[in-house]
Amino acid sequence: MSIQKRFVVSLIFSLPMLINMVLMPFGVQLPGGTWMMFMLTTVIMVVSALPFLRSAWAAFLNHQANMDTLVAIGTATAYFYSIYAMLNGQSVFFESAAFVITFILLGQVLEARMKKSASNSVQKLLNLQAKEAEVMRDGEFIRVPLNQVVVGDIVHVKPGQKIAVDGVITEGHSTVDESMVTGESMPTTKSVGDEVIGSTINGTGTFLFEARKVGDETLLAQIVEMVKKAQVSHAPIQKTVDKIAGIFVPTVLIIAILSFVIWYVFLGASVVNAMLFAVSVVIIACPCALGIATPTALMVGTGRSAKLGILIKNGEVLEAANTIKMVVFDKTGTITEGKPVVTDIIGDEQQVLTIAASLEADSEHPLASAILAKAKAAQISVSLIENFEAIEGLGIQARIAGKPAFVGREKLASDGDAADEFAEQRQELQQAAKTVVTVGYAGQIIGLIAIQDVPKPSSKRAIAALKQRGLRTVMLTGDNARVAQAIADQVGIDEVVADVLPSDKADRVEQLKESAPVAFVGDGINDAPALTTADVGIAMGSGTDIAIESGGIVLVKNDLFDVVRALELSQQTFRRIKLNLFWAFIYNTLGIPIAAGLFAGLGLILSPELAGLGMALSSISVVASSLLLNRAKLTTA
Amino acid sequence: MLIKMLVLAIAIGMIAFIVWWFFKNRTSEGVAAEMNASDQTQNVEVVVNGGYTPNQVVLKKGVPAQIIFHRKDPSGCLEQVVFPDFGINAALPVNEDYTVEIDTRKAGEFDYACGMNMFHGKVVVEP
Repeated sequence: MSIQKRFVVSLIFSLPMLINMVLMPFGVQLPGGTWMMFMLTTVIMVVSALPFLRSAWAAFLNHQANMDTLVAIGTATAYFYSIYAMLNGQSVFFESAAFVITFILLGQVLEARMKKSASNSVQKLLNLQAKEAEVMRDGEFIRVPLNQVVVGDIVHVKPGQKIAVDGVITEGHSTVDESMVTGESMPTTKSVGDEVIGSTINGTGTFLFEARKVGDETLLAQIVEMVKKAQVSHAPIQKTVDKIAGIFVPTVLIIAILSFVIWYVFLGASVVNAMLFAVSVVIIACPCALGIATPTALMVGTGRSAKLGILIKNGEVLEAANTIKMVVFDKTGTITEGKPVVTDIIGDEQQVLTIAASLEADSEHPLASAILAKAKAAQISVSLIENFEAIEGLGIQARIAGKPAFVGREKLASDGDAADEFAEQRQELQQAAKTVVTVGYAGQIIGLIAIQDVPKPSSKRAIAALKQRGLRTVMLTGDNARVAQAIADQVGIDEVVADVLPSDKADRVEQLKESAPVAFVGDGINDAPALTTADVGIAMGSGTDIAIESGGIVLVKNDLFDVVRALELSQQTFRRIKLNLFWAFIYNTLGIPIAAGLFAGLGLILSPELAGLGMALSSISVVASSLLLNRAKLTTA
Repeated sequence: MLIKMLVLAIAIGMIAFIVWWFFKNRTSEGVAAEMNASDQTQNVEVVVNGGYTPNQVVLKKGVPAQIIFHRKDPSGCLEQVVFPDFGINAALPVNEDYTVEIDTRKAGEFDYACGMNMFHGKVVVEP
């Protein structure tokens, strides 16, 4: 029989006794009196309470005790004593047993409901998956179930459809809503060559893509796997709780026996009263609030962060994230975009760009692609060039419309001694750690283009937010000190460690760890050693190539502000765990003495019914407190 | 007075019994999984009734393994079984077999517990 049914039975059969209790002062009595109560309670004991007794007995045989032990002993004592008292014409307390069972079952029903809503975030993620895909087979597009899509398949995606698996667009373009996987709320534009993520939703365009990852390999499947593991992992704080829980129930039984003995033997209380104290002790001391304090908070915390595109690997990482005093960043690709862009153009922008782009049109150099991207954005069309010549270490020269043109070092100017009116500006730009190329045409220097790997838009805000949280920020980079410092100044980083060889990054992190607990933020592929060395490794991802194994925390989006959110969420979750544990402990440390009658002199006593209600409330309040994590405020970008 | 002395004596006896029954260390031997020669797998049955019996199972490394949980206990306490190391969190149906696949690629001792972490069991993967 399910818990719900057991609860309904015990509710129905205890209602008459509840009404009786309320109406007693008005002289109204339940027909049948004591015998009626006996019969009602017997039904509850047999139908609703028997599973508790059976489970308690089975545990007892294994030398174990749990909350069922406490419920079984408490209610059975009340019930069997009342039968004895009834036969001897003394006062009975059948209703105590009945009400305790009802309340505890109510607590379990509510707890099960809330736990379900706490754990269904993973299910929600899985439900995002497309059920079918339109796949090219034998020259035709046919619908196949998701599990029949294989790597290399060409998949057709119509407007509004779900993208089935991870892949790369081969034809067409569109905007894609990736919020369900990355947490990014703005739709992203995708065209040929761009990666698409399975389970995200296509906007208004139509496109074809080649499947690259299917089944367990997809980003979503990996996220689900990681969240599942995180949700059932244990925080180190739990270990102490486990130790206490192991001896908790037998200890409570001893306390209950002691309170009976003290009241009956030494204080001269009646058997009934002494027994009521003992039963209350047994009933109130539910260890389940203690048991669920950590797991429920962990479940809600990690589930919520996953929705935001922040994957926290386990409870250990979550706890460690709370002690962090310093955040160390990799520069390229983490603080910065990772690819150089044109930041300044000096001179006639149109002319300078046209010349430079025309000369660089076929170059593979990163600086060239920055110039070409800029020219494309400015809708500049390149001119035809002749006599193309690349001069090692200096730049490129050629003829455009019959006149000589160059891009590169200023030395390429044909009149080496011609007045260089841009000298001052060039120096200024170079001081800001920008790479400057000079553009010349018809024997004259016509302008400059400054190129730099610029910080991501969110970097400055993210670093400011981290500093506001009292964290020291450090940048670790292989670049020279001047370039590194220029970027650090732009984003407001406290400290720069420059000229670090990639292989030395982990050692540097080790050194920094000596002064304070360190979080390292970097990309999961190049920075793997440093990520593992740090107390908390935060791996930034982009697209589908997320190295999920490399970091304790993985950010699906390539947004530095998620570092702030990740630390914030860890802190809030951990704080909630501590709060839950605090309440669970307080509840027991206060509840047991009160139930034992320690404060009876002050008129403060706890009947078994109230103890049962309190016990139900304690676990409900812990689960509710964990669910509140879903609503906790976060610093928004 | 005599009755009170008697009650006191019984109470002391009960406390002594509780301490002896619950707190005394009892270690049980692990039960090895049965090897299934035909399909190169191993499996072992664990009865869930007031705890896990046997509460320690021994598996061979590298052989795909299944633990078949048979839950007899209706208690909500034992409804879930959680393997933190493998990311498994399964709800066990009452009076039915439920199979949990264990990853035996790594040797070691892996604890598992019920949803409330009150009952514990252990999987030992031997090299």
